[in-house]
Amino acid sequence: MSEIILKVENLKVQFNIKSNKHLFDFGYDKLKAVDDISFEIKQGETLGIVGESGCGKSTLARAIIDLVPTTSGKIFFEGKNLTNISKEEKWLLKKDMQMIFQDPLASLDPRMNVGDIIAEPLLSFFPKMNKKQRKEKVLQTMTKVGLLPNVINRYPHEFSGGQCQRIGIARALITEPKLIICDEPVSALDVSIQAQVTNLLMELQKEMNLTLIFISHDLSVVKHISHKILVIYLGNFVEMAEKNELFNNPLHPYNKALISAVPVADPKREKNKKIDFLDGDLPSPINPPSGCVFRTRCPKVIDKCSISKPEITTINDKHTLSCFNF
Amino acid sequence: MLKFIIRRVLIAIPTLLVLISISFVLVHSAPGSPFTDDRDIPPAIMKNIEAKYHLDRPLIVQYCYYLKDVVTWDFGPSFKFKDYSINDLVNKSFPVSIKIGFLAFLFALIVGVAAGVIASLNQNSKIDYSVMTFAMIGAAIPNFVLAPALVLFFAIYMKILPAGGWNGGEWKYLLLPVFAMSFRYIASIARIMRASMIEVLNSNFIRTARAKGMSNSYVIIHHALRPAILPVVSYLGPAFVGIITGSVVIETIFGLPGIGQLFVNGALNRDYNMVLTLTIIIGGLMILFNTIVDILYAVIDPKIKY
Repeated sequence: MSEIILKVENLKVQFNIKSNKHLFDFGYDKLKAVDDISFEIKQGETLGIVGESGCGKSTLARAIIDLVPTTSGKIFFEGKNLTNISKEEKWLLKKDMQMIFQDPLASLDPRMNVGDIIAEPLLSFFPKMNKKQRKEKVLQTMTKVGLLPNVINRYPHEFSGGQCQRIGIARALITEPKLIICDEPVSALDVSIQAQVTNLLMELQKEMNLTLIFISHDLSVVKHISHKILVIYLGNFVEMAEKNELFNNPLHPYNKALISAVPVADPKREKNKKIDFLDGDLPSPINPPSGCVFRTRCPKVIDKCSISKPEITTINDKHTLSCFNF
Repeated sequence: MLKFIIRRVLIAIPTLLVLISISFVLVHSAPGSPFTDDRDIPPAIMKNIEAKYHLDRPLIVQYCYYLKDVVTWDFGPSFKFKDYSINDLVNKSFPVSIKIGFLAFLFALIVGVAAGVIASLNQNSKIDYSVMTFAMIGAAIPNFVLAPALVLFFAIYMKILPAGGWNGGEWKYLLLPVFAMSFRYIASIARIMRASMIEVLNSNFIRTARAKGMSNSYVIIHHALRPAILPVVSYLGPAFVGIITGSVVIETIFGLPGIGQLFVNGALNRDYNMVLTLTIIIGGLMILFNTIVDILYAVIDPKIKY
């Protein structure tokens, strides 16, 4: 068994939002973007995080990499608690934790050429490297992600979306991180490019023993790349399981609805498939329902749901969920 | 790049020509002549004077004479101050205006950009609000109100700075005019800088740079400042024009011997040569400056190609 590289315990992220209920209202409301989420990942594994738009997937990722401040909870990276170490230590750890973003073109500085973009983290983490060493390293990394060396002086707008994402990956890889957080890295790309980029990530993972957190709302992509999948709803833990277990044996009512909505690549089966539609809309994270946040839309709601939050139940060693029905 | 610069300079020539022609026609179509006076000059003498300055010839011939003057950069004598040539007068007052103008320009640029950046980094804090309030006041107060107010306060009430005059360009005499001239532009530049900086700081590639592990100051200097300053750079052209035009007012208020004052006197005296010469010099300066701004633009943003 490989060791646990990242462990998140009861993580909460809240934002203060101006409430503006009336003209002279200067108060703030709390938006609970991530509410009490715990999970752990082993080295070399991929954890897929899925959920609807606005459910807190990206905020969770950003909180781990320290782009947004956490409200409470603990994040352990290789045994170190990120929430109570000094700024310098945290900054040093960024060398081991890198992130890939959703919109590949917008995520690259349009006024820098590719070579500089990829080399930049080296300036920060390996200040002793000279220009030649840096260039060598850049070219090496570019080959690794399938970019030709002759594009090194071009600017981001001269590339296609898929190539831009390769630049983004190269830039994340150059510090030789242990963990890469991919925040919807393929959702802005078309399907064939999605496959290329996902496969590239998987190859790199094998080659460099990378740990990946892969955020997406596309269940089939997540199924392809992940070992374990975490489902979240309105910032709350719903269900986490090994990927086949999660797809073949979804237990949480929300997850059941989610899995049943995945399109099947067979018209006959797709026609006869029964989808568990959910009623209602996503509640506001500023004023979430009491108890279990899913109870307003849950087909199996019981009295208990509105009173308290369900604890996380372990079904077996591969499967945990948060629901009173189990 | 060199090709672009050469092309820009070539385009400037017809622009200047149009400028010369229009101002020539305008000045000459104004009623009266440089020699209209309270007392009547005998017709014979008047004829002699007019012949000396070619004023008796048809307008088109005068125009050709004038073009010759421009090309040889010898603008002849002033119509009013007959002991001086235009070149003498301009050579004496031009450095004064340039000194004040550039100081005001630099001051506005540095203070404006700094204030804008500080405000954007502390968005919606007290610092931000005070900078923006200051900018609002700056945009609202015209310089012909601000300048006398400054004089009243610093020269007459506090008695720490002189009320006007040049005194060979001593720094004490520069402070008030430079500040009065640049105040508006500090305000505008701060507002533009703040807005564009906030936009850039919220963009995705800044988030990427932060996630890469670059320090905050590095991100601001290397990634945010360059794109954020572009709107300011494009504002510099009009700002420079505004400072030059504004110098007419400021120089008159502070009694500075610059081209602004020459211009005003020239226009009042119908000193054709003087007005035309200054128009060409100021116009040329503006064209030059806009060219510099365009080139700067290309240097700052490699996406722009010519």
